[in-house]
Amino acid sequence: MFRGITLVPPDTKIDFVSQRAITWFVSAFLTVVPLVLVATVGLNMGIDFQGGTLIEVKTKENPAQLADIRGKISDLGLGEVQIQEFGAPDEVLIRIASQPTEEEQQASIAKVKEALGDSVTYRRTEIVGPTISSELIAGGTLAVVVAMIGILIYVWFRFEWQFAVAAIASLVHDVTATIGLYALLQLEFNVSSIAAILTIIGYSLNDKVVIFDRIRENLRKYKRMPLVELLDRSINEMLSRAILTHVTTLLAMLPFLFFGGEAIYGFAVAMCFGIVVGAYSSIFVASPMQLILGVQREAFSGSPSSAKGKAEKGDAEATARA
Amino acid sequence: MLHFQKWKVILVGAIVLAGFIFAAPNLFPSSALQGLPSWVPQKQVNLGLDLQGGAHLLYRIDETELVDDWLDTIRGDVRETLRSNRIGYIDLDMNSADRSVSVRIRKPEDVDKAYTELRKLVAPVGNDVFGGFSGNDMDIAKSGDQITLTATEVGLNERISSAIQASIETIRRRVDAFGTTEPSIQREGRDRILVQVPGVSDVQRLKGLIGETGKLEFKLVDPSVNAAEIAMTKKVPPGDELLYSEDEPPIPYVLKDRVLVSGESLVDSQPGFDARNGEPVVNFRFDAAGAKRFGRATQDNVGLPFAIVLDNKVISAPVIREPILGGSGQISGNFTVQEANDLSVLLRSGALPAKLSVIEERTVGASLGADSINSGQKAAIAGMLLVVLFMFAAYGLFGAFANIALLVNVALIFAVLSLMGATLTLPGIAGIVLVIGIAVDANVLINERIREEIRAGKSPIAAVDSGYSRALIAIIDSNVTTLIAVLVLFWLGSGPVRGFAVTLTIGILASMFTAVTVTRMLVAAWLRWKRPKELPL
Repeated sequence: MFRGITLVPPDTKIDFVSQRAITWFVSAFLTVVPLVLVATVGLNMGIDFQGGTLIEVKTKENPAQLADIRGKISDLGLGEVQIQEFGAPDEVLIRIASQPTEEEQQASIAKVKEALGDSVTYRRTEIVGPTISSELIAGGTLAVVVAMIGILIYVWFRFEWQFAVAAIASLVHDVTATIGLYALLQLEFNVSSIAAILTIIGYSLNDKVVIFDRIRENLRKYKRMPLVELLDRSINEMLSRAILTHVTTLLAMLPFLFFGGEAIYGFAVAMCFGIVVGAYSSIFVASPMQLILGVQREAFSGSPSSAKGKAEKGDAEATARA
Repeated sequence: MLHFQKWKVILVGAIVLAGFIFAAPNLFPSSALQGLPSWVPQKQVNLGLDLQGGAHLLYRIDETELVDDWLDTIRGDVRETLRSNRIGYIDLDMNSADRSVSVRIRKPEDVDKAYTELRKLVAPVGNDVFGGFSGNDMDIAKSGDQITLTATEVGLNERISSAIQASIETIRRRVDAFGTTEPSIQREGRDRILVQVPGVSDVQRLKGLIGETGKLEFKLVDPSVNAAEIAMTKKVPPGDELLYSEDEPPIPYVLKDRVLVSGESLVDSQPGFDARNGEPVVNFRFDAAGAKRFGRATQDNVGLPFAIVLDNKVISAPVIREPILGGSGQISGNFTVQEANDLSVLLRSGALPAKLSVIEERTVGASLGADSINSGQKAAIAGMLLVVLFMFAAYGLFGAFANIALLVNVALIFAVLSLMGATLTLPGIAGIVLVIGIAVDANVLINERIREEIRAGKSPIAAVDSGYSRALIAIIDSNVTTLIAVLVLFWLGSGPVRGFAVTLTIGILASMFTAVTVTRMLVAAWLRWKRPKELPL
């Protein structure tokens, strides 16, 4: 009977948490650099968040004459215009800056259609007015914040506050790293980017909770084991599962990167990156955070009388700092 | 835990079977389903506009116009009330900025009476969730000889609500004329209407038809003046107004201010052809009162031109050859067949209560939609295959169990999406893929746990048993946290993001069922059948 190939030996003893001097540095890098990138290079804000007009056309000539199209459209006096190839060489994306009023916005598309005539076919047009774009920014930010709070409460309720804080800290790490990727690759940041970020939060958290679950179990099992050793042990025990799951999820997502089409490319890039970053932060951010925050062992000791009891507190803290 | 009660096995089997049956219609083109008897499930997943092409238009109602119209009505009511009670007044004014109408009463002794009478104009608004009283539509206040009526917030909301309802009805009648399948027209937030029309190719025409207010008026042309001259000097005689036709260049008309008959008196309008020259025209019919007024007006003005005005544009200005007494008439004006058709739709559907402006527009061409669904399908199938192969490589037989569960999971997602009439979007397809990852994770957790239990020296049955029960905690915790993030997406998101959240929610719930229950039954059945000494894990 075929048993399957063992990818990860069951008895790994890798010092994950012990290497925290190096990984803290990496994590800090992954958190700070994106912020610098966003501040300097900036995000490539799509029309969802900026307002404006987007027109995707397919030209009759192949490849498209970008200079010619650019000339025709910049003559219309519509302000900032971006023209770029999108997917195939005969597919062109035209982006026009937000117009002062909603009526002018509507008129912009008619002007473009007049200027281009029937040298192209229209595949997609989008007009987002200034009211909507500011609402979408507010809604997107709110969504991320509310999701974080909901998660904080749930993890707090199911585990302990230290786990909740560690989870949120590592999620913030994942989110900034992902936003940094958008800035670095200049991927368009739009509503589906918010969806990608929320999904990454969900997936990454899923992963952290699984490891937390094992840490909790081991805290009950090995009452005297130093915390560093216990964390390393928990991560090693879950390593096989972690790698299998991340590889399968990546395998499911990767085809979207290669033949999912232009419409979902940015989303797929973010998701693949998020899976990797989430896997990293579960091991190197969320777990070592327990050391800093000091996990209260007696909360997991199982007997109600000693749960959160004062008597064992000193001992637990001493172990936590070991 | 390896012995299942019979009813549980039957229940799970029934759910799985139902999943496959209701997902099955999606495997066939919809044309193949039409001939089937009605008891065969035929519901397919709704494809989002990004996958089938179509137009998404978000309109906002013009609140200022609505308020001005309302204040205008209040002013008329105040005038009427004071006149009929023979109360002298001056300075009857409306103020849009603070939404109020104020009037000063001439004689101090009349103020109290005027207040009492005007007080009757105030109406309660009782339209909140519980159907109770939520306030008055106006506040009335008196200071010295001045009485002020101010429109309240509740009153305004009530107005907006009913204007939105009326607009939705009007838009529905107009969009129906397009003959597309299943347009969706719904209210969004306080003052918005979302119109989604799948498969529409001529968005410009759709927008033109929806966006027109559709206010129809019949007015007399002032024969005593020269329209061209007035258009130059802009000196319009009192009681007249200057309007233009839609021609290029526009032709000016000077019309009498007074409306002979308005669109409200219209009962029907149909496109047709002129009997004499075969040109496309629009035939219309008035109600009794409208017919009477129109008849009298045409009788008095034979030989003179009158104008048919739509949204303050003159569409035609024929000369009255003979009185039109029957209440039906014809609008001609160099229309194409389509224009005549659209105009008759516009007239038939009635006027919008206020101007609507497009604040968001997204259109996807049918060819792009087809491309997207092709590439989405290809990617999803490739992803699924890779996962299935990988799981089998990693876990052998137990991987095969997980793969069966995965198949059931995907079938259940499609079944629920089809039955709910939910919409599948491109991000939704990506959501399904993510669910595959999460569903697999549950089985990975279980299988790894079973491996640990085997290493700890447990017997196959005991290892499977405790593997499942101990992995369950981690599975529930991790799925619930994901569910929180996804529900937030659903709650706060819109459009494709919502579609993504829906598929993800269904998928996570389905995976808790399939990854845990379905695989456990499969493993249990296999254990009972083979009674293995050791597990192939």
